[in-house]
Amino acid sequence: MAPIRTTRGKLPPSPAALAGDNPLARVLVRYAPLVLLAALWEAATRSSLISAHVLPPLTGVCASWFRLVANGELIANGLDSLYRVGLGLLLAIVVGSAAGLFMASSRVVNAFVGPVVRMFYPMPKSALIPVMVLWLGFGDASKIVLIFLGCLLPVAISAFNGARGADMTLIWSARSFGARRHQIIGEVIFPSALPEILAGIRIALATSFILLVSSELIAARKGLGYMIGMLGDGGVYDAMFATVLTVAMLGFVADRLYLALMGRLLRWRG
Amino acid sequence: MARVEAIPPQTAARASGAGVLRNACWSVAPLITPALALIAWEIATRSGDVSAFMLPSIGAVAARLAADLGSGDFVLNAALTLYRTFCGFAIATVVGVGVGILMARNQWAHWFLDPIVSVGFPMPKIAFLPVFILWFGLFDATKISIIAVSALFLVITATLAGLQGVDRELIWSAQSLGAPERRLAFEIMIPAALPQIYTGLQVALPTALIVEIVAEMLMGGYGLGGAMMEASRELNSPDVFAGIVEVMVVGYGVVAGMAWLRRRLLVWHQEADSPATV
Repeated sequence: MAPIRTTRGKLPPSPAALAGDNPLARVLVRYAPLVLLAALWEAATRSSLISAHVLPPLTGVCASWFRLVANGELIANGLDSLYRVGLGLLLAIVVGSAAGLFMASSRVVNAFVGPVVRMFYPMPKSALIPVMVLWLGFGDASKIVLIFLGCLLPVAISAFNGARGADMTLIWSARSFGARRHQIIGEVIFPSALPEILAGIRIALATSFILLVSSELIAARKGLGYMIGMLGDGGVYDAMFATVLTVAMLGFVADRLYLALMGRLLRWRG
Repeated sequence: MARVEAIPPQTAARASGAGVLRNACWSVAPLITPALALIAWEIATRSGDVSAFMLPSIGAVAARLAADLGSGDFVLNAALTLYRTFCGFAIATVVGVGVGILMARNQWAHWFLDPIVSVGFPMPKIAFLPVFILWFGLFDATKISIIAVSALFLVITATLAGLQGVDRELIWSAQSLGAPERRLAFEIMIPAALPQIYTGLQVALPTALIVEIVAEMLMGGYGLGGAMMEASRELNSPDVFAGIVEVMVVGYGVVAGMAWLRRRLLVWHQEADSPATV
């Protein structure tokens, strides 16, 4: 949406107007600030306005990124991290949406599961990192279970709220047509809760990356977070920045891919 | 799901004895799962199948909690954690709302900041913690700034969305009544966007707490997370479990406090009660 114009009289020319209708020009104008920042970074470090020990030059960071990709370190650790975050999140989505739907459609389930969900929901999930290390050690399992537990509740709560918002007339009509309970849940309540479940999964996606990086920074022997910690302790700052930016871009790309998927899944809503 | 049942008044009156019993059952039901979990925990530790290291007994954890409360360690650690969390959160709130307003009102600011915010929003900001340690050292400045950065994008996004969603009729009416820019901003735009801005703050504060606890675990320096990590290094599992309970209490308090404040601040708004998770 365009910014709200409240000043009367002549406005300064807007950046969008400068770009005109050319789609390429629009993309260039939109992302020009990022290019500007990158140039500023390079200029500040090259002119030794900022010491290379504080901020390595961007070109140096890019060079070590290519080196880390070429020697396979970044890819191997990246795959480890993606495996952890993917499996943990997948489990959370399956179990969480099922729990939320059942909580909403059965008073008994809600009475038994609801209090536990509401009790643990506001807890900062990073507090579980030490217990996961005590129980499951430094490997994959401790990260997967942490991400599963941390993402479970946002998904469950959004599924619960979405299912509660389902149109009662639809449920009654389905029931009067003789639909069974599992049919009502699967074919009426689930589709109408889907928008809210998907919004909850987006929050869970962001949470999963936070938990992944945190737990790998604190206690791990592989993964991108571990790499960041190692490189930082070793003082290899250009490689550390390359890894940090890789993790940040992974989070960004995952979110964008998810938004595209969400748009496809919700096409029927118009 | 509410089941519609038409009960004639006489039957309802006759069944009232059973009704009272049934209501009593429903009000006890929420306590059953936590109670069962506690019983299972106690049985597991008594049976000896689970070592006390993996799962300390309830008594040991309770004793640890009582000791923390008595010695003032809990208050000290919780106060330190909350102090840093709220410092970072306050910076994020002031800067985030300011940047959001600027972006909503100035096209050039919008052009410059929009790609930065939309790229920065979904990034796991915690990955920058080692960079912040490099820049700001090992003390509170680092923790507060990583918290501020983590919460900032949530606040900017919520503020911008709130301001852009303000009813056009409200703005036009104020303008046609001759409201100057400043009054338009402070008396129309910001109050109208406040519910959405506040929702953003309600997401940002728990995020700030998560980041603060991770930062403490990584950097030490007391606080609830720091104490837990120290206990974990010493393989002192009762302390770790007591730490989880303490963090839970603080997290619950923070979320419930924000919901309480929302009900007081936004009394005039129909969504004063949402989000209703606590």
